[in-house]
Amino acid sequence: MEQDVNIKITDRDGVTHEVLAPTDMAMNLMEVVRSYELAPEGTVGICGGMAMCASCQCYVNSEHELPEMQDDEEAMLSEAFYVKDNSRLGCQIQITPEMEGLEVELAPES
Amino acid sequence: MIKTDILIIGAGPTGLFTVFEAGLLKLKCHLIDALPQPGGQCSEIYPKKPIYDIPAYPEILAGDLTDKLLEQCKQFEPGFTLGERAETIDKQDDGTFIVTTNKGTKHQAPVVAIAGGLGSFEPRKPLIHNITDFEDKGVEYIIKDPEIYRGKKVVIAGGGDSALDWSIFLSDIASEVTLIHRRNEFRGHLDSVEKVQELKNKGKINLVTPAEVIGIVGDRNVKAVVVKQAQHIEKEFELECDHFIPLFGLSPKLGPIANWGLEIEKNAIVVNNALDYQTNIPGIFAIGDVNTYPGKLKLILCGFHEATLMCQAAYQIINPGKRYVLKYTTVSGVNGFDGTRKEAPKAVVKKID
Repeated sequence: MEQDVNIKITDRDGVTHEVLAPTDMAMNLMEVVRSYELAPEGTVGICGGMAMCASCQCYVNSEHELPEMQDDEEAMLSEAFYVKDNSRLGCQIQITPEMEGLEVELAPES
Repeated sequence: MIKTDILIIGAGPTGLFTVFEAGLLKLKCHLIDALPQPGGQCSEIYPKKPIYDIPAYPEILAGDLTDKLLEQCKQFEPGFTLGERAETIDKQDDGTFIVTTNKGTKHQAPVVAIAGGLGSFEPRKPLIHNITDFEDKGVEYIIKDPEIYRGKKVVIAGGGDSALDWSIFLSDIASEVTLIHRRNEFRGHLDSVEKVQELKNKGKINLVTPAEVIGIVGDRNVKAVVVKQAQHIEKEFELECDHFIPLFGLSPKLGPIANWGLEIEKNAIVVNNALDYQTNIPGIFAIGDVNTYPGKLKLILCGFHEATLMCQAAYQIINPGKRYVLKYTTVSGVNGFDGTRKEAPKAVVKKID
């Protein structure tokens, strides 16, 4: 399907999954992770996607240009653990056609 | 020993609505929750956020939903054990269960309804290598009794509401309050941020940003924390203190319930959704976000439905063989355990000349 993009997601056990993510269902990266069950239920997207828990933190390993970080995401990441320069909250990244080939890695659970 | 008909674990929306549905069947409820207030996630994580899919409420704030549910079930006089986590469950010879909390409070009931959501909220601990050595020896993740900080030097870490609010509160009690955060910006209610600014200007709160605590110094008790500050030039220094309070929010964990012998799948409790949401242990039910079954949706409105069916099954366990038919509240009214009665006004029967 043309509105799907290919994304590589490395789970918390280090296994990389190549998944197809729809761009027309208003899904974000956290929801893609949940829909493919790449992390156990209850360990990702705990707050439901309000940038209030950081359970969907991931490291962006490709050079894609992603939507700019908003205040609440930045504030949440400044309180989260295991944060790196390429950390983002998956729930704040809407899947768009520009994300074809995106590579991300889930941050450890905390 | 607290005795009740239905012991509900978790005082979130599903647990609170259970009280109402049980009350209609003349069953009394008691709720246990690890949080200090009822409402579960709705009051702890997002009280000021709107919910749009509660039937008949086009929009309602999560905190207001909690208030409405408490008001709705008030006449059924629920009991609460708050700030305690249900730890163990023991089945008695008479078929009842005794649930004991982490503080030793015992509860006995013939029916247990687990409405535990994602689990009990546990504080998120910062990644400081020796932090566990100092727990309860100067390191506290939750402030239970502010009086222990009287006249002491306190370091608080975090950038959210609780870090701000406790810094404000303790600035009147402790001899010295230092607030450390990784950024210069704080996320909190505007008044809290402004109040901290004011107290900082008055010299009542010592603000260290952008910085983080990376170590703890002490032999038995906390004597100082090691702070890494990144302003202009990176530097590390020790800050003398009696208490270090990291406030980095709470994260839900299924916790001790996972060891109760219940069938668990995907961090949730497997139930019979064809009938009554009972678990593999007769007498123990799981309702709301904590359960799972084919097609499960973690929605508040689904929790309400599950609670309603569960109460019918609880009635059968508590009153074996006793006849009952569903009554509509519009027809029968609501008779509270507190003696109050709500009922539909009678139609007027009057002749028209």
